[in-house]
Amino acid sequence: MDDTGTVVAFYVLSALTIASAMGVVVVRNLIHAVVFLILSFMGVAGLYITLSADFVAVTQVLIYAGAVSVLILFAIVLTPTGDRGNQETFLRLPALLLALLVAFTLGYVAIDTDWAISDREGFQQTASVIGEALLDKYVLPFEIASVLLLVAMMGAIMLVRPESGVEGE
Amino acid sequence: MSVDLDHYLIVGAILFSVGLYLALAKRNFVGVLMGIELMFNAVNLTFVAFSRFVQSPNPLDGHVFVVFVITVAAAEAATALALAVLLYRVRNTINVDRIDLLKW
Repeated sequence: MDDTGTVVAFYVLSALTIASAMGVVVVRNLIHAVVFLILSFMGVAGLYITLSADFVAVTQVLIYAGAVSVLILFAIVLTPTGDRGNQETFLRLPALLLALLVAFTLGYVAIDTDWAISDREGFQQTASVIGEALLDKYVLPFEIASVLLLVAMMGAIMLVRPESGVEGE
Repeated sequence: MSVDLDHYLIVGAILFSVGLYLALAKRNFVGVLMGIELMFNAVNLTFVAFSRFVQSPNPLDGHVFVVFVITVAAAEAATALALAVLLYRVRNTINVDRIDLLKW
């Protein structure tokens, strides 16, 4: 990936993603943190596009920037007298040290390892190939995922249902 | 100047670390969940980057895996946020340092 547009897009999107993620850490209001989180998700979707992963990029925008962030907002709104702040606990310093350690370790390993790089071009189309793979090679995980989603949905409904569920009877 | 695998892996590592810090250090349960979602995103970015750059007979399998990870992450988010609402109902707080029933 040598053309100038891709390089510029990569650096801009990486800066956006990481700066927004830092914003989630720094900002003091939980609602603002969710807004920064959405921005970070959009940045990751842009990075997917620079990797010619169009289907995953669209899924990212739909599921993360759309559904998951709205779920998080709902969780904040449904806890009205709860704390709207975004403070850290007493674990702040150990967590910071551990996060820095993880970042340096992963970064060092990523640079130091000699990956088997291929010289193929970017993918032409991914959605049809992913769809065929899901219904052919990965049909069993696909079905298990649907059962998992059903169980998660039923579990979430069961958990937040009001205690007095007998009005209808 | 060119962008190759290492650049994406480093972005993924930084994003994962920020998510790890959020998940470990935030006081609000929803903040912890935001950190977990960021970690999922970092891992997915790494998957897609490997799928694009590394030799493989089926390079798009990485994308399929990312689709499954997103599915499981959505299920996890729904269940965890239901737990947050339930926790708020029972204890009237979602600060993780005040949920210490099992603390001796």
